[in-house]
Amino acid sequence: MDKKRNQWTAWLYLLPAIVLLAIFTVWPIINTIRMAMLEGYNLDDEMGGMAFSFGFSNFKKVIEYPTFTNRLGTTMLLTVLTVPISTLLALVIAVLLNSIKFVKKIFQTIFFLPYVTNSIAIGMVFAAMFAMLNPLAGGGEYVSIGLMNTILQAFGISPVNWINLNAPYSAQIAVMTIYIVWNALPFKILILLGGLQGVNKQYYEAAKVDGTSKWRTFWRITVPMLSPMIAYVVITGFIGGFKEYSSILGVFGDSMGANNHDVDTIVGFIYQNIAGNSSNQGRASAAALILFAIIFAVTMVNMYVSKKKVHY
Amino acid sequence: MTDSINENEVKTEQPEEVKTPKMMAERDVEAVSKKQLAIKIISQIALYLFLTVMAVIVLFPFYWMLMSSVKTKEEYDLTVPTFWPTMGLRFATYIEAFNKIDFGRVFLNTVLVGVVSTILSLIITILSAYAFARFNFKGKNVLFAAMLATMMIPGELFTITNYITVVNNFKWADSAVGTFSALVIPFLVSIFYIYLLRQNFMQIPNELYLAAKVDGTSDFKYLWKVMVPLAAPTLISITILKMMGAWNTYIWPDLILATSEAPLELMTVALRNAPWGEVGAIDYPVQMAAVVIATVPLLIVFLLFRKYIIRGVSRSGTKG
Repeated sequence: MDKKRNQWTAWLYLLPAIVLLAIFTVWPIINTIRMAMLEGYNLDDEMGGMAFSFGFSNFKKVIEYPTFTNRLGTTMLLTVLTVPISTLLALVIAVLLNSIKFVKKIFQTIFFLPYVTNSIAIGMVFAAMFAMLNPLAGGGEYVSIGLMNTILQAFGISPVNWINLNAPYSAQIAVMTIYIVWNALPFKILILLGGLQGVNKQYYEAAKVDGTSKWRTFWRITVPMLSPMIAYVVITGFIGGFKEYSSILGVFGDSMGANNHDVDTIVGFIYQNIAGNSSNQGRASAAALILFAIIFAVTMVNMYVSKKKVHY
Repeated sequence: MTDSINENEVKTEQPEEVKTPKMMAERDVEAVSKKQLAIKIISQIALYLFLTVMAVIVLFPFYWMLMSSVKTKEEYDLTVPTFWPTMGLRFATYIEAFNKIDFGRVFLNTVLVGVVSTILSLIITILSAYAFARFNFKGKNVLFAAMLATMMIPGELFTITNYITVVNNFKWADSAVGTFSALVIPFLVSIFYIYLLRQNFMQIPNELYLAAKVDGTSDFKYLWKVMVPLAAPTLISITILKMMGAWNTYIWPDLILATSEAPLELMTVALRNAPWGEVGAIDYPVQMAAVVIATVPLLIVFLLFRKYIIRGVSRSGTKG
């Protein structure tokens, strides 16, 4: 008797979560797949009672969309650049932080700061730092080459148009790479430092007794012992990389690039197709499924590789 | 480099070896430890130097933001940028930022959305985590696994349909109350927080529950009087991260506001969408003042609740 009553109460406790999940999680999964799979889907027409036949034209539309390959390319390029750089840098910083005692807390706090600020607000600061100034607008005369160019000039590097109108693709990618790495460091340092603190000190003592060099200790003890955390940081880094959007929005605003969407991403494509035109929903859904497939595949590859390499 | 030092040592000490081998051994140890000490000091300096350089790089954007916000426009536009305000501080930029963005209203909106969604989300999370931690019911494990599995799906996939549901089906964009609901309700359930709290609840010993039962305490009372206080640190982490999320969220409120009849601007949306102008031609001191207004509250919250934030983040791995 009591058991049956218990069953009821459990579902009662779960009721609010289940209702909300049904509406805002389960239904979207079904509906997004459905919209993606209907030929020429149009929301307004459907609400007016029109039926659509099943087909894959939405996927075709996404892939054939003039700038989709650019966006896919930009997304992949940024991921491939930022994940290794930020992971390596975070690993070095975490190992060094772990080896010091004096002012360690202060460094830890500083390195965590980018995490708590939002990527759109600080994106605007990065834009201010890289922008050349032309107060009259229109791309003509610049009154100043801006902060970054001034710093680089001190090292003998000639000024570059990073993010202003007509900025080259490679310069914009460089700015976004720097910004995304800056933004990604805190989380990675936090996770890796947490992992380092869990490594048994006896391994290091044994290595010391054996006279093992620091370099060898790092590769033979630290990296293997940290490998689960490194794998975690790399996997979440790849997932985050393929969903890159708001950092670019922070730097460039709605134009998503210096020259009209030239560093836009897959997620940007999805969002631009949600609001406004009701005939774009099928296309947005197809793009979201493509994104999911990519993330799923990359995660599986990552897991497979880490299963082989990770030392548990 | 190290090789030549070694040779020198060997050469100078060779004659002594003949005289007193014992002395030599002592000296050798001394020389080696001196060398080790030197290497240690140099590597410590290099280490701190590297960390300091990295810390400066991390901090620089914050410095540039703060310092630019009190510069005059004339100074900011100088051919060679100055690294600190030399032409006097101008706090009027902050007044101009307030003219550009109605920060009072935006702040109120953001806090209201943040507080309501945090409270509701906490209640839902506590109830669900309790059900999963305390009760045995049919389909529990399947349900829990299914919920965790949805965490793999990128949020963008949900956003498309949720936008249609909220705007076209529920017509929430047509009214102020509806817009508020649209900003709060779709994100109330966080599966990760349910998971986190469930883990926490499961660590609470069963004996406490049995003792409470003997005393005749109801399940519901036991949850609020015993389990919730014991899980307070996790709940505080969730609260702070949720509030920070409301402050930082952009994509969803931007979508909703684009269609809504009742403009309910949140902080980040207001900041990004203010009419700043073209890159290069922006009034940067005013823009930086606005960024300071939008950023500093978060930094203060972080410095106050550092422990809880880091604890929550290191276990969740999600932003906002």
